[in-house]
Amino acid sequence: MEHKGYEVVIGLEVHAELNTESKIYCSCKNEFGLEVNTQCCPICMGMPGTLPTLNKKVVEYAARMGYALNCSINRVCKQDRKNYFYPDLPKAYQISQYDIPLCEHGYLDILVDGEERRIGVTRIHIEEDAGKLIHDDSFSGTLVDFNRCGVPLIEIVSEPDLRSSKEAKAYLDTIRAILIYLGISDGKMQEGSIRCDINVSVHRPGEPFGQRTEMKNVNTFSGAVRAIEYEAARQIELLESGGVISQETRRWDDAKGQNTLLRSKENAEDYRYFPEPDLSTIVLEQAVLDAIKASIPELPNKKLVRYMREFALPEEDARLLVEQMDKAAYFEELTALGKIKPKSASNWILGDISRLTNETGKTVPELGLPAERLAELIAMAETNRISSSAAKAVLEEMLKTGRPAEAIVAEKGLEQVSDTSALQTIVDEVVANNQKSLDDYRNGKTNALGFLVGQCMKASKGKGNPALMKEMLLKILQQ
Amino acid sequence: MELYRMTAAELSRMLAEKKVSSKEITQSVLARIADNDRKIKAYLTVDAEGALRQAETVDKKRMKGEALPPLAGIPVAIKDNICTRGLRTTCASRMLENFVPPYDATVIQKLKAAGVVFPGKLNMDEFAMGSSTENSYFQVTCNPFDTDRVPGGSSGGSAAAVAACETIAALGSDTGGSIRQPASFCGIVGLKPTYGAVSRYGLVAFASSLDQIGPMARSVADTAMLCDVIFGKDSHDTTSADRGYPSFAEALRPEVKGLKIGIPKEYFSDGISEAVKEAVMRAAKEYQKMGAELVEISLPSTDYALAAYYIIASAEASSNLARFDGVKYGHRSENYGSLEELYENSRSEGFGPEVKRRIMLGTYVLSSGYYDAYYKKAKFTQLMIQERFKQAFAACDLILTPTTPDTAFKIGENIGDQIKMYMNDILTVTVNIAGLPAISIPCAFDSKGLPIGAQLIGAKFSEQILLNAAAALEKQLGGFGRCAALA
Repeated sequence: MEHKGYEVVIGLEVHAELNTESKIYCSCKNEFGLEVNTQCCPICMGMPGTLPTLNKKVVEYAARMGYALNCSINRVCKQDRKNYFYPDLPKAYQISQYDIPLCEHGYLDILVDGEERRIGVTRIHIEEDAGKLIHDDSFSGTLVDFNRCGVPLIEIVSEPDLRSSKEAKAYLDTIRAILIYLGISDGKMQEGSIRCDINVSVHRPGEPFGQRTEMKNVNTFSGAVRAIEYEAARQIELLESGGVISQETRRWDDAKGQNTLLRSKENAEDYRYFPEPDLSTIVLEQAVLDAIKASIPELPNKKLVRYMREFALPEEDARLLVEQMDKAAYFEELTALGKIKPKSASNWILGDISRLTNETGKTVPELGLPAERLAELIAMAETNRISSSAAKAVLEEMLKTGRPAEAIVAEKGLEQVSDTSALQTIVDEVVANNQKSLDDYRNGKTNALGFLVGQCMKASKGKGNPALMKEMLLKILQQ
Repeated sequence: MELYRMTAAELSRMLAEKKVSSKEITQSVLARIADNDRKIKAYLTVDAEGALRQAETVDKKRMKGEALPPLAGIPVAIKDNICTRGLRTTCASRMLENFVPPYDATVIQKLKAAGVVFPGKLNMDEFAMGSSTENSYFQVTCNPFDTDRVPGGSSGGSAAAVAACETIAALGSDTGGSIRQPASFCGIVGLKPTYGAVSRYGLVAFASSLDQIGPMARSVADTAMLCDVIFGKDSHDTTSADRGYPSFAEALRPEVKGLKIGIPKEYFSDGISEAVKEAVMRAAKEYQKMGAELVEISLPSTDYALAAYYIIASAEASSNLARFDGVKYGHRSENYGSLEELYENSRSEGFGPEVKRRIMLGTYVLSSGYYDAYYKKAKFTQLMIQERFKQAFAACDLILTPTTPDTAFKIGENIGDQIKMYMNDILTVTVNIAGLPAISIPCAFDSKGLPIGAQLIGAKFSEQILLNAAAALEKQLGGFGRCAALA
């Protein structure tokens, strides 16, 4: 994007719903997509006299994210009330954390254009989600669905360390991948599991940061990119025309691709935070925190870089492998056997294995194909003992029968013929019978080569090594 | 004697001996309400049908020979800020005029499990904000000793109903003196438990960090019996203390021998009427006669406590009462054209002036730029006060003070003079700020025949010592005059 010499500075506040069994302050089920107002009780509906009770899992999940983002965890922290009126907020305050969040002073390494960038994480705190307002043409007025009230959220606040919409997107993708890796959030954008508020400012390099604005209502990562570009352009245009950026909150409208003023600084809400008197202080045992810390797996951002360095995989391959934990684990099992090239393992997982998991809706382990067995098959293909088309057929057979590749290849006689004298006979015969194709090739129709290779394959009953036969054909054609 | 005049302890014995049925007791209390409450106006809702049904259920169980808890079959009326499933709970506010809770408060669940009968819900100052019950949206309750006078507040309906024998006992709630001050004005016993001793789940919150539900009764033994039912850890209230309680009623001994009773000079200052000072000092002398040792102690200035109280309580109230917005339940204005107007008009119409005053005060002290100057300082003051009490309890076992500066005032007398009204709490709020237990017991009458209350304050969770000391004075004075005023 063209920014007329300005640098764009971005900070993100990511809200992620945690996938605990029950809600944060009551025993209602935490589940998306159920009939309106069926997953709520007097507590999450804020009925008079009811009191919250903290779901300890929420603290555990949030601490996991804290460790994953290299934060220090406050063993003693509290919850506070954020007071404001809105119909989706039944108590007229949200229980959140104000001055002492659960996690703070962390960072996240993200990969942008092959370079690692370290983004500061200011804090992560726990809070409750609000309900949902329903507007519909079928009735006048607005209805409230309280099912989402009390769904546990973590808010992850970054430092203003991001410098482009691309970096912001990479940051968001990485956060999402980590949430999924940790098993603490579904990361489903379409269900609103992850939402973000965006702070944007622009300045000339070397000059101090410009005045920032905050943007709300950004519900997709691609929307975040559009919203940042729009806001940066708006600010630059305003500055270029002699205007001044004011501290304000703006609302992003993704359908229109623009934002509008929500409230200016003068009308900024005063949330009148104060310590939540209905809940006791959160005190975490060091042993519990140590156990949580020890349970953090290798994270996708680290895995990505390691795959690129250790296995020399292209970034795109590494990214796709890392995206799903089961695929990454399978990849590591395959390579650990030391029998096949990492790139072959990656190709197979991103190719046939992914196709199979997509088709069947199964995870990799559910396919029931031990890594050793697949490695045998891949090794046969790698050494040209069988052709790639034969390998596909063998894979299908392995999944169907559970028999090893070796046995299937032997039984079906699929072993590729790489004996040059045997192949030469076939090639010579094909050349003799297809004079027209030879002429075509020599007249510049290079795709005739493919036809000739196909004829050779046919003549070899699919067992000839196509690479070798192609080489032989070329030798003849170039005479 | 009429059944409604008896104590829970007496009735419990009679029920156990099958000399009387719960239905007869309940009918007696309901008849008393029907006769007398036109004068007293203590009840906001009388549930005669429900009460009789509960009584019959208990009677049937007893006939079958089931073992029943001591309070089974005995009527206990409930302050109208404690949620009762299916029974209107108004907080004496227009805002909740038609609010019927779909759940029971934990204390109600416990009383139900104990077989208690509920004759109805009692008047109070709106949302428990007040010291006279004049802030009720519905009616002004009269003091049974002089119907031109207030019963105190905010649990004025509870105190008046107990004193007028319109119930055997009652539950009140105490945020700054709301059980003890009306108990004192109406000549009954009222206990404010240690913060965390009784679950607040289902008590419509006024100031969450100060509110406690407590018993109000005509004898110390009855008070102890109610404590036995309502005390205890509740998983629904994380501020409830994680501890067990032995039976207060069984351990009740009217003894003070060897106890050191602290007399804080600050609580006998010029602002306290001579009659009250004299009466409480006479009570102190009685304790001395019974073998207690009196020690003069010093407590922090009550002025700071009152300021801290009004800041903390109002701040929490402003947030707690924000949920009454006309959207989900409670009063909704018919007159609105926007969401803002819906909020503004519903709240303007639904809340009375005292509630609005405290919401505004609380909103102000929490505002950005003022938080440090007010709320933070008040919380700091609270810590100092707690520390001073700790020091005081190193020198004595309990503290004796007047409950109120004076006896019951006339209806209308203090309206319009908020400061004078707030001064009623000056001797009681410190206890809430410090989270301590305290009991008010009648100790004398003034020249107008109005009851004077003495307050005993104990260290955290020292309810047994308080009850024993209260029972000792009760015994020494020959009882607390049951249904003292029946005019």
